Amino acid sequence: MISAAQIPIFIVIVPFLAAFLISIAGLFKEKYCQPLSVLAMSVSLYAAVATLIHVINHGVIHYHLGGWPPPIGIEYVIDHLNAMVLVIVSFVGFIVSIYSKKSVEQELPDKIPQFYTLYNLLVTGLLGITITGDAFNLYVLLEITALTTYALIAVGRGRAALSGFNYLIMGTIGASFYLLGVGHLYIMTGSLNMADLHQLLPSLYGSGAIFIAFLLILIGVWLKMAFFPMHGWLPNAYTYAPSSTSCLVAPLMTKVSVYVMIRIMFSVFSPKFTFQEFSFHEIVVWLAVVAIVGGSLFALTQKDFKKMLTYLIIAEVGYMVGGVWLANHNGIMGAVLHILNDSMMTLCMFLVVGIIVYKTKGHHFDNLGSLYKKMPFTMAAFTIGALSMIGVPPTAGFFSKWYLILGAIDANQWEFLVALIFSSLVNVVLFFRIIEFAYYPSFSNQHGDAHGSEKIDEAPASMLVPLLIVAAGLLVIGVFTGKIVTYIIQYTIPNGL
Amino acid sequence: METIISIRPFLAVLVSLFAVIPIVLSKRHPNVREAWTFGAGAIKFLLIASMLPLILNGKIIEYTVFEVIPGIAIKFKVDPLGMLFALVASSLWIITSAYSVGYMRGLKEHSQTRYFSFFAVALSATIGVAFAANLLTLYLFYEMLSLATYPLVTHHQDREARSSGRKYLTFILGTSIAFILPAMLISYHLSGTLEFSKHGFLVGTASKGVLTVLLLLFIFGFAKAAIMPFHSWLPAAMVAPTPVSALLHAVAVVKVGVFSILRILTGVYGIDLLKSLNLGTLVSYIAAFTILTASLIALSQDGLKRRLAFSTISQLSYIVLGVALLSPKGMIGGMTHIGMHAFGKITLFFGAGAIFVATGKQKISEMVGIGKRMPITMSAFFIGALSVIGLPPTGGFFSKWYLVLGTLQAKQVVMLVVLLTSSLLNAVYFLPVVYKAFFVSPEESLFEEEAKEAPLWCVVPMVITAIVSIALFFYPDIFSKLAELAIR
Repeated sequence: MISAAQIPIFIVIVPFLAAFLISIAGLFKEKYCQPLSVLAMSVSLYAAVATLIHVINHGVIHYHLGGWPPPIGIEYVIDHLNAMVLVIVSFVGFIVSIYSKKSVEQELPDKIPQFYTLYNLLVTGLLGITITGDAFNLYVLLEITALTTYALIAVGRGRAALSGFNYLIMGTIGASFYLLGVGHLYIMTGSLNMADLHQLLPSLYGSGAIFIAFLLILIGVWLKMAFFPMHGWLPNAYTYAPSSTSCLVAPLMTKVSVYVMIRIMFSVFSPKFTFQEFSFHEIVVWLAVVAIVGGSLFALTQKDFKKMLTYLIIAEVGYMVGGVWLANHNGIMGAVLHILNDSMMTLCMFLVVGIIVYKTKGHHFDNLGSLYKKMPFTMAAFTIGALSMIGVPPTAGFFSKWYLILGAIDANQWEFLVALIFSSLVNVVLFFRIIEFAYYPSFSNQHGDAHGSEKIDEAPASMLVPLLIVAAGLLVIGVFTGKIVTYIIQYTIPNGL
Repeated sequence: METIISIRPFLAVLVSLFAVIPIVLSKRHPNVREAWTFGAGAIKFLLIASMLPLILNGKIIEYTVFEVIPGIAIKFKVDPLGMLFALVASSLWIITSAYSVGYMRGLKEHSQTRYFSFFAVALSATIGVAFAANLLTLYLFYEMLSLATYPLVTHHQDREARSSGRKYLTFILGTSIAFILPAMLISYHLSGTLEFSKHGFLVGTASKGVLTVLLLLFIFGFAKAAIMPFHSWLPAAMVAPTPVSALLHAVAVVKVGVFSILRILTGVYGIDLLKSLNLGTLVSYIAAFTILTASLIALSQDGLKRRLAFSTISQLSYIVLGVALLSPKGMIGGMTHIGMHAFGKITLFFGAGAIFVATGKQKISEMVGIGKRMPITMSAFFIGALSVIGLPPTGGFFSKWYLVLGTLQAKQVVMLVVLLTSSLLNAVYFLPVVYKAFFVSPEESLFEEEAKEAPLWCVVPMVITAIVSIALFFYPDIFSKLAELAIR
């Protein structure tokens, strides 16, 4: 019998081992790869949920890898924040592993074992980043995710390889910045354990080296999360990636990076340092405003559904970064809640794109005609996702916006409020434009088949059911915001705010 | 005031929402499908009517669903004002559904299942707004109504529908996100609550300047009330099938807008605060401007539905004006006008729709002599017109009378002049339509002598609403008692 204290390790180790198992299984029978992946993801998800419940009931978990105590060994620290992110990552991993079957068979028929091997490694990396309490270990895992993501993007056709390469370069630069910052910290303190650093650093506040270290780490993480104007690599990489890759990467990569930023700001450093010693937080909120407005405007100019979404990811990163740097209770609450909500929204949207690609072989606006007639369920899910992106209650997106705007008012940073409202309005335009494409018959069509000529032609159940679960999830999360805040989010606010 | 906890308001909201499921499932059997609509309508109305005696006895019904954000619940509260609005909307839904059957089948419209489904959702949202106990709940249902009515407005799915749909969303959704959302959050930031209460919740929280700007955000943000310059979505929305224009754009949607403004005035600011800051005058001038301008524009409209739309824009501001007068009689006039105008205006829309179904005519200039062809329709139209103008023996007279008394009570002579001028304009743009329908020489008449009405499903609902309009002149008590309780 496994004791409760051992559960956290399963979250990470199961997909890790599954990666090897899948690559071996792929040599014999390709058709086992996807079910194995689903199995691994479901165990990981189960363990993550169990861990989250444990954290809610009993508080923070410290797990020493191999029994080595910190600061020598690697320590896993699981508090409310990363317990939640672990559930998000493993949930997305689980949903997409089911969903990917048909899509991978269609897009990558000759690379199925490779895809699922990398898939499991990538999820392992993301989970590892989230669970680790060691700053250097985090770097290693960042590199694992970067390499696997590169491969997963580059297996796509056409411009995928080039976009993936661009991604790899920028990702490596980001990781290097991070490593440089961590190196500074190690030289100054002799420690790499986050909790240990948190204890050692306050005596060094005011030192230039620590200041530089913080800045380097921050820039590294911002590059990783495509914080405007360091976003250039993201749109192409996510657009040209195979559908299943973008479904996994788009919701998770930026959100996990935001998590890392929060971890560095509050658990390695402290609110006192980030908001008083560093004292650039008002400027960072302005940068976030630029990110939101910039991302939204770029999204407006797109004629491709998937590419439009990638620019929205950049805007959403602005939401979260801005929220955290508002430096108050409501702002941080909104940002953390948005990690959850935005990953679900983005997942929902990319699942829809994947289905459209599967059915129409493209993701340009021209591929959207009459979809409400052809795929009513897919489009219903899309509509819920769109409303959440716009921020209409009771969908999840409304509630994170609620806290973010309150945070902006509390901080007297009205520019952030204006940016959020602006972004919501742009989203109305963006998504109702798509709704128009899919709802009205094509007027340029000379054949004049105005109404009712299209037959229902829905996606296969293995794609549709995961999508409907996620769309329903957006409503459930929205309605239960109160519970989520009371049991999880309020504990993620650092002391002293 | 005694408060009773009961789930009935919540059920009244839910019943038509859940009716969507059987409506969609029985899409192959139109008669069964419409039976579900009528069933839901009847249950909804009975649920609401069952709460009426309690409300008339001075009690309040509350129901908290749950806290969706710590400290803010989805919560319903039935008070006299909400009851008044809910009664009007739910009773007219049943009548409009009957009319919809006649109209939609008469024109062999496509996608009727979608039509009846979203109609049911829209009514859930309307009752949700009527019974909302706090600003968040109100906002939730307000947005739900905006979205549920989009497929109804754009029902024809042609180019015109698309561009009108765009305008509709831009104004309705745009203003609620750009103005209401920040205004709501600022109010919450200032006071820490969103719960409507007798004396408002903003007293003493901010300077006069801040509260004035906030009030303007609310007044213009609820663009469903079609206060100028945020009114042009309403004439555009007339591309919808006529029953939609009748129930939604003369009653449910537009009055949700007005109702929300009344809630802001009476439940968020409170009469005392408005008086002390002299904000009532500001609002009444905004309303007066809309009343006169819209009436003038209505004069020049040849499309019958467009003329009705501009008339609605003007009449909606009567309601806002009445309450903004802050005098008891004015407020009673404003609140009862919700009901009086609803029955009058819906009769007019039913008439316009019946003409369209029977003859295909939409322009007033093409309706010369139509009285011989459709005598019942035009008689009902005449009664509806009288009510909207405010002449006896119709319900409209009652609310206008109180509005006039209200201006005197508030010593606002300017507003009295506005009301009288507007009533004159109403008469000028409605009565010629009726006159030219009946009193023309056979040579001028564009129609055959022989009477041929629209289908019975269209005519009967119209006759009922016309009769109710007259009945409300003799028995205005039901609305006036609720209004009196509301301002107590």
